Amino acid sequence: MTRSQILNDGGVAPDDPAGDTPTNQEPLAPALAVNVRLHVNGAQHAVHVSARVTLLDWLRDDLRLTGTKKGCNEGACGACTVLVNGRRMNSCLMLVAQCDGSEVTTIEGLAGPDGHLHPVQQAFIDCDAFQCGYCTPGQVLSAVACIQEGHTRSPEEVREWMSGNLCRCSAYPQITSAVLAAAEGKV
Amino acid sequence: MTAPTEGRAIGAPRPRIEGPLKVTGAARYSADNAPPDALHATLVGAPVCQGRIVDVDASAALAVEGVVRILTWHDLPTFGPVPPWQAAVLNLPMQSDRIQHEGEPVAIVLATDIQAAEQARTMVTVRCAPTPPVLPGQGRRNLITASEEVDESGLVEGERGAPFRIGDVDAALASSAVRVSETWIQPSRHHNFIETSGTVARWDGDLLTVWDSAQASFIVPNVIAAALQLDPGNIRVIAPHVGGGFGGKGWVWPHQILAAAAARIVDRPVKLHLGRADQYTSTGFQPLLDQFLELGATEDGRLTALRHQVSNITSMTEVYVEAATEVKDLYACPAIDVSQSVEPVTVNLPTPMRTTNEGCGLWPLESAMNELAHRLGVDPIEIRLRNHADREPTTGRAWSTKHLREAYEEGARLFGWYSRPRGGRSEGNWRIGTGMASSTMGQIRFPGNATVVLQRDGDVVVRVDIQDIGTGLQTLLAQVAAEELGTSVEAVRVEWGDSDLPSTGPMYAGSGTVANTSAVALACRDIRKQLGEHSDTDDVLDALRQTDLPQITGDGRYELPNRVPMDMYGGDSGYAIRSFGAVFAEVAVDPELGIMRMRRMVGVYDCGRVMNARTARSQMIGSLVWAWGKSALERSELDPTTARWMSKNLSSVHIPVNADISDLITIAFIDEPDPYASVTGARAMGEIGATGADAAIAEAVFDAIGVRFRELPITPKRILDALAEMGR
Repeated sequence: MTRSQILNDGGVAPDDPAGDTPTNQEPLAPALAVNVRLHVNGAQHAVHVSARVTLLDWLRDDLRLTGTKKGCNEGACGACTVLVNGRRMNSCLMLVAQCDGSEVTTIEGLAGPDGHLHPVQQAFIDCDAFQCGYCTPGQVLSAVACIQEGHTRSPEEVREWMSGNLCRCSAYPQITSAVLAAAEGKV
Repeated sequence: MTAPTEGRAIGAPRPRIEGPLKVTGAARYSADNAPPDALHATLVGAPVCQGRIVDVDASAALAVEGVVRILTWHDLPTFGPVPPWQAAVLNLPMQSDRIQHEGEPVAIVLATDIQAAEQARTMVTVRCAPTPPVLPGQGRRNLITASEEVDESGLVEGERGAPFRIGDVDAALASSAVRVSETWIQPSRHHNFIETSGTVARWDGDLLTVWDSAQASFIVPNVIAAALQLDPGNIRVIAPHVGGGFGGKGWVWPHQILAAAAARIVDRPVKLHLGRADQYTSTGFQPLLDQFLELGATEDGRLTALRHQVSNITSMTEVYVEAATEVKDLYACPAIDVSQSVEPVTVNLPTPMRTTNEGCGLWPLESAMNELAHRLGVDPIEIRLRNHADREPTTGRAWSTKHLREAYEEGARLFGWYSRPRGGRSEGNWRIGTGMASSTMGQIRFPGNATVVLQRDGDVVVRVDIQDIGTGLQTLLAQVAAEELGTSVEAVRVEWGDSDLPSTGPMYAGSGTVANTSAVALACRDIRKQLGEHSDTDDVLDALRQTDLPQITGDGRYELPNRVPMDMYGGDSGYAIRSFGAVFAEVAVDPELGIMRMRRMVGVYDCGRVMNARTARSQMIGSLVWAWGKSALERSELDPTTARWMSKNLSSVHIPVNADISDLITIAFIDEPDPYASVTGARAMGEIGATGADAAIAEAVFDAIGVRFRELPITPKRILDALAEMGR
């Protein structure tokens, strides 16, 4: 048994043909509203919200917390990453209805009340870990969680565990440096 | 190389002035704006690649709660003609029942919330009378001729793709000692910026405000005004931050016009933030390129002939030329024959993408140079030195400045080029190989305007209508103002991204740095000149305080030679203006699994004066990663039966992720100012890193496993197939 056989038998094609998004899909279910209580950046919200509303759209359109970005709306790019109960989540893949009783932290809630930047935010500035900045809120929150998870024992580990957040400007080496610097308390 | 400019404002590795906005989520992008009462818009795209619309049935969609209106082409006004080289496409959608490509907007859903707009768009039924697709390889290749197209504002693009010939290439090839003659292919690829394009439009009477995602906001009023038959002065564009462009937001695309038109029809603000799938057909892409390239050389590797024939796909209704032949000035060569053709197929119109022109053309040219070096047993650097162009080959003009030799030397030193193992080496399951190539990018320039205000309290305000697309330009402008006025960088505030500010050029092809740093420097010099009439002190603040003025305003207008609206490669400056570089790659290939990994890369660039060592480094790293994506990962493929893009998402289109990219990317600059390129000595920096690197990577793969790839990307399957064919 060779490694290439394992790869082929495992059904993972080395040259995966492209997938696709169907059009004219089944209409979404009619709007059904639910009651949800949650905290966002420490503030309590009790809302009556349509069951189909994603956490991403609710944060952006209802709370006007536009620091959380929409990049792909299908969990592929990580631009919408927020912390839900301390864990990093793609907010486009979560419904508000799933967040009852949750603590949500967005990029707007990361700095201290006096505006003092979180060490990861400062590390991103110090290491020049962004260009256009569109993926940056998601990168920063993903990095906060990555450090808490302990996935920062080596540059390779950081690269692997930060790969859910795309940066098309490709500041990847600087992002890796920023995560390591923040993890080591060098900020 | 010059020493780091410590203590000076220009060149210092200053952190980006907009950094705090970006790490806190406070930076506002177009879709972050929501005027009160705004409607969310979604587009319904044509389901077929060409034909006619028979019927759009929106009745079910209109019944969705929250849907306010669904517009079809019957509802839209007849647009006026839009200006070429500003409008991306001239044949605007939703003007008739004609379908020009799959995904072309055929209806606009307007709803009070995004959920309703997204639901309703799936319920609009579009019945079509389709015409069969024309796929790449099925179309007719049309040769580009030398005709010049001139638009109303005088922008000329006639040279793009025009045939060029010196010497007798046939005779030179026939008598050459060595000849490389091959075809190189690169696939269509999309920009895949993370911020999809978006436009928010609000009318206040006859005044239109547009929050936009654009790389050249100064042309947005012209195009929307032309389409909607308004005075462009009635349009204000607010576009401070752009979430990636790479060329895809360079011109004005139809959705920007449609958002404004829809807002006027329903008399409410409209937010049109394209969905990810919409992006693949709503703006352009870099087209599939087929390049035949032939080199003839003497036994000692001196070029005698270069023939380069390029063909790219374009849409059925408009011509886009990917001017890959613009690499003809890289090497000294007595006989040159280049030509381009386009093949119309049933897709949306291509557009420039990092790196247009040279980024495309160096893939075959630098690959061929590496093949030639291998054939002759000459080191790849040596063969390039033997063909170094001391003057611009096609015109004989002197270069403004050129430090390519130093770039080769410094790159070789940083990489350890001359001590590398030739023919690759093994490391566990991996084969390790190395390769190198030249980089080059001709300078494209636009004029620029800026205003600088010096206040009595010492604060300086720089005003310029330019976007922040992530290059760090705004920081550079603060540095330039600080150095010119002798103040601290911290004292400078930069205002940008609003058409109420002084209008300036675009943020593409690196032209933004040239135009804007020049205009700001000139505005500062205007302040000094004015103050010189009041005082003879060198300290601008002391001089200001000797007057009774509360502040002093300087205007800067950066003009191109002969006051043209745009020039390329030096224009009428009397010099050829071009940037150069040398790029080195080490890759690892697993011959059993076909996997390829970036091990390390080195790039050394001659781009004039380095304005900010930190942001410059980031630009180059980003460019090299971009080139890695082109070399190893990216392609946008058309479905062979329907001619629609197969992967309209970021899950299936592979672009580099963090784990793909080595930390071992070393960037260095030959930091010498170019006095002819700009007032500040800067040249463009954003694009050159993504030129030539694909050829260096492919050469490294050849070095590792002995296979020459002439079609990108070099995927695991292609590696395995090639090795199998060789019986390994």
